[in-house]
Amino acid sequence: MTALLEARAVSRSFGHVRALDRADFDIDAGEVVGLIGDNGAGKSTLIKALSGSLELDEGEIYFDGKPVRLASPRHANDLGIEVVYQDLALAPHLNPVQNVFLGREILRKGVLGRLGFMDEKEMHRKAAASFRELGATVRSLNSPVGSMSGGQRQGIAIARAISWADKVVILDEPTAALGVVQTKNVLESVKRVRDKGIAVVFISHSMPHVLEVCDRIQVLRLGRRVATYPGRTTTVETLVGAMTGALDKEGAA
Amino acid sequence: MSTVANQQAAVAGKADDLDGNQSLLKRIVGLQAFWILGVLIVICLFFTAIAGDRFLSTGNFSLISQNVAVWAVLGVGMTFVIITSGIDLSVGSVLVFASVVSAKVMEAMGGSGIGVAAVGIVAAILSGMAWGVVNGVLVAMAKVPALIVTLGTLSVALGLAQVLTGGIDIRSVPSELTDFSAYTKVLGIPGLPFVALIVIVLGGILLHKTRFGRYTFAVGSNEEAARRTGIKVTRHLVLVYGLAGTLAGLGALLSLAQYGTTTIAGQSLTNLNVIAAVVIGGTSIFGGFGTIFGTVVGLFIPAVLQSGFVIIGVQPFWQGVAVGSVLIAAVYVDQSRRAAAMRSARSRGLFKRKGAT
Repeated sequence: MTALLEARAVSRSFGHVRALDRADFDIDAGEVVGLIGDNGAGKSTLIKALSGSLELDEGEIYFDGKPVRLASPRHANDLGIEVVYQDLALAPHLNPVQNVFLGREILRKGVLGRLGFMDEKEMHRKAAASFRELGATVRSLNSPVGSMSGGQRQGIAIARAISWADKVVILDEPTAALGVVQTKNVLESVKRVRDKGIAVVFISHSMPHVLEVCDRIQVLRLGRRVATYPGRTTTVETLVGAMTGALDKEGAA
Repeated sequence: MSTVANQQAAVAGKADDLDGNQSLLKRIVGLQAFWILGVLIVICLFFTAIAGDRFLSTGNFSLISQNVAVWAVLGVGMTFVIITSGIDLSVGSVLVFASVVSAKVMEAMGGSGIGVAAVGIVAAILSGMAWGVVNGVLVAMAKVPALIVTLGTLSVALGLAQVLTGGIDIRSVPSELTDFSAYTKVLGIPGLPFVALIVIVLGGILLHKTRFGRYTFAVGSNEEAARRTGIKVTRHLVLVYGLAGTLAGLGALLSLAQYGTTTIAGQSLTNLNVIAAVVIGGTSIFGGFGTIFGTVVGLFIPAVLQSGFVIIGVQPFWQGVAVGSVLIAAVYVDQSRRAAAMRSARSRGLFKRKGAT
């Protein structure tokens, strides 16, 4: 079986620092794969490469079994890959609807659309539907995002990603800086996205969260994938051991 | 399981409706422009109470709108620029430059006739647009701070205008233009305010209804986010500064029509007056938020004060004192209101969390 999105032996250096050193990664449709590793292990570099924000020195990325060159974020978006960045990348003065459709506004039909007039009602309707589907608690669709809590903003950012991604969503530290209830909501959202058949890459430093939602967990250390574990049967100790290099077992499970 | 989900959805749907009704009122009351409009009305009532019909007459308000017209055209462009979290200090100088070029061209063509005036219009608008694009390219591509770029072009545009004329105003403006200002009325509105009104309406539609306007807010709110969602931020900034320059060119033409001469020495404070009006009208100097309506209200406050002080016999110099105070007060009130809004949002979030657990 070919993976939906796969990186094979990808490398990338910044000056003398080898951020990715023949790293592998793979994910199938409808599964949540945790991507963990200590700071500097190459997680951010890898997701930048997978989302078209960064060129690789060596190695190849395969999408649906075919080699692809992701030259720009737009290119990745066209394939159905979206990233939710750690700093969310929302426009704080715009409301949730405007943020979800930012850069991809629905225009009115006919001449008005040609002139750049937007179909606000349609965007409002679709955004409300995707928030509902996600179970995101958005207090108001008309208030600026900047006035909302971190959990709500995270929900909006995820809703935006899944509105556009029909294949892969990459979440970079989605639970950092969230409260207990908000974290629970985000983890629930992740499961719902997976149940729609979308592949979710889940990057986090929080091992309990990773173990809770991930079907498989891949560990990066020093720019290389050092282990793969099933989410159900693994313990925090095992993960930490793999991250720090106390035990190496590439290809397990 | 699915029924629970449906119930939740229904509740969410209801909440949305409620939200829609509430927030329309809330949004209007929340706009600083709404409060500033109140201030403007109070000022008008004050002068009416003292001076009666001498203040509250069609003639007086026609005069006030004449005086506001040129600044209003500049103010529309400035609102766009400030919403992108930029600034354009050069509008006054660009206006002078465009009016000088336009007057020179019209002078060279014989100085009268409708055809000459038409060429003058094109010359003014094109030279304004050129300066706007120069500003935009330097801000967006060369990444020089907007304050510095437009401070530079302020100086260069004014200097070049003086070089072109030797520092002496050109008075040969076709009578077609001056007549338009003095005699033409469209739907009972004098020529210049009518042109300004069209610019305001079109500017308001462009800002609040179109994708171009949405991107303007997005760039000012979070430039990096805008870039990541695929908005061509650099191109958009060039267009926004280009728009401001183009409107300064149009303003140059209105100014020629109004005064019948280039106003080389008369525009040194235009930029600051326009910026003050935009900010009084509730547009955030940090970008991301603003309305054209607010800018228009913000323009009328100094104009009404000026006219009112003259009518009730107070030294008109008090206008500067009053406008400066309103400016600071408006921004102070706006900031503290916004801080309060953020606090209430957070405490409400906390309350919710308590309720859920």
